[in-house]
Amino acid sequence: MGVFRLTYKSYGKSAILIEWPSRIDKKICEDVISFKNKILKNSAKQIIQVINTYSSLTIIYHSTINIIYDDILDLKSLYEQEVDEEITKKYRWEIPVCYDAQFGIDLEELGDENELTKSEIIELHSSTIYTVYFIGFLPGFLYLGGLDQKLHIPRKSNPRLRVEKGSVAIGGAQTGIYPSISAGGWYVIGNSPISFFNVKAKEPCFAKASDEIQFKSIGLSAYNNVQSEVEKGKYKLKKSEI
Amino acid sequence: MIRVIAPGFFTSIQDLGRLGYADIGVPNAGVMDLYSAQLANQIIGNSPSDALIEIALGKVILVFEKQTIICISGANFSAKINEKPIDLNRSVLVSKKDVLSFEKPIYGARTYVAVKGGIQTEKVLGSRSFYRGVTQQAILKKDDILPIEDWGNSKVQKNASVKIEMEHFTDRNLLVYPGPEYELLSFKQKTQLRTVLFSISSDNNRMGYRLEGVIENDLPSMLTSAVLPGTVQLTPSGRFIILMRDCQVTGGYPRVLQLSEMAINKLAQKATGDKIQFKLEV
Repeated sequence: MGVFRLTYKSYGKSAILIEWPSRIDKKICEDVISFKNKILKNSAKQIIQVINTYSSLTIIYHSTINIIYDDILDLKSLYEQEVDEEITKKYRWEIPVCYDAQFGIDLEELGDENELTKSEIIELHSSTIYTVYFIGFLPGFLYLGGLDQKLHIPRKSNPRLRVEKGSVAIGGAQTGIYPSISAGGWYVIGNSPISFFNVKAKEPCFAKASDEIQFKSIGLSAYNNVQSEVEKGKYKLKKSEI
Repeated sequence: MIRVIAPGFFTSIQDLGRLGYADIGVPNAGVMDLYSAQLANQIIGNSPSDALIEIALGKVILVFEKQTIICISGANFSAKINEKPIDLNRSVLVSKKDVLSFEKPIYGARTYVAVKGGIQTEKVLGSRSFYRGVTQQAILKKDDILPIEDWGNSKVQKNASVKIEMEHFTDRNLLVYPGPEYELLSFKQKTQLRTVLFSISSDNNRMGYRLEGVIENDLPSMLTSAVLPGTVQLTPSGRFIILMRDCQVTGGYPRVLQLSEMAINKLAQKATGDKIQFKLEV
């Protein structure tokens, strides 16, 4: 049975957008993903892809939607149906992060703005268990929910033109890791030597929506060790089933 | 093999794109002007999913190291083989050592070189489309080698050409549908969207086209949600961005319009300073 009141809109001629109440909420996120799985399993029409975000699903069909009303009715009834959900395993991933000043180039500014010491920032950032809401922005960029309120800070008014690969950063109420070099307006507080996107791997991005992430603070020498193991393809990420 | 002698300004390999990986943040990519690319492939009997060379302006020189059949569709950049002008939208037999060159742009912004059997560069996540961060290369560079199949005994089909509609390159009107946030616009904003003749700013590329001109904007920001090629976003400054094939999969600006597929193709043939007008179909 559907839990939330959803709205359905056409999005161009071959996509439908389904919207939940617009907020960052774990329950909504779980419902979005569960409906996504239902659609992928039960859709009568051929689907190119389903994009899930915090509180929406976008279904892109192969063919043009002629009678959008019928498609929406089908989706509505699917949402209300009890379907045996295939249980996919969820994992909690431990991500090593080095908060050394050489990487955490905005630690000081963030500390000044939010009246926190460097070690308080690190403690607050690495003690939380984050939920992966969805992946977007860049290949392998995880949208993580759960950042401690004391760490919230508005995005920089002047974005950096270049943020290094692996940068761990905070923007607004969010935190995330840049999987590749990019421009970016978030406060950079550390760096992870892990690769978040690898086209050669069977799963190019190891994490998926509704998995969990925990950051583990490591020193410079541990960082270098992990980095060289990652380069050799020998590093194994720690994970536990949740 | 095709050897790149001069890569031009922005030349890449593209096919229908990388569909089905939005889940992990991977953009579609793929040919900007699907209409012209499909035409080029079709004329020489290729499959619609075969990869082609997409050229966006610049002096491009390619040398063929195998006999094959090609077709060029899309923008007219004065294509020549061994200095002799060749027709667009027609299959052309090229021999080993032939030099294909492009120079003066006559109309359009992107042209496609289809080669019999398709360009055989590496497939990454199901597609040969270049995209920085997913494929090793984002653009072609001097001395690149593009593998192609053997078509040693190729014969050109006579009359295998089509007449194209020049409207595809000259028409200012872009057919659009209301986007998910269209209804949040005021009556005045909606009217402006339909009546203003926008021009394309110099900030235009495979990711998106930023338009010149500002409209009043007091829309609240929204939670990050899906965006598609052809989505028109209204930024806080009141300027519009039309997302194109390389756009990211999610975004946070209100999505006020959605271009039709054909409008995306038409826009792909426009360049800095060109004018456009939205034709809304509700």
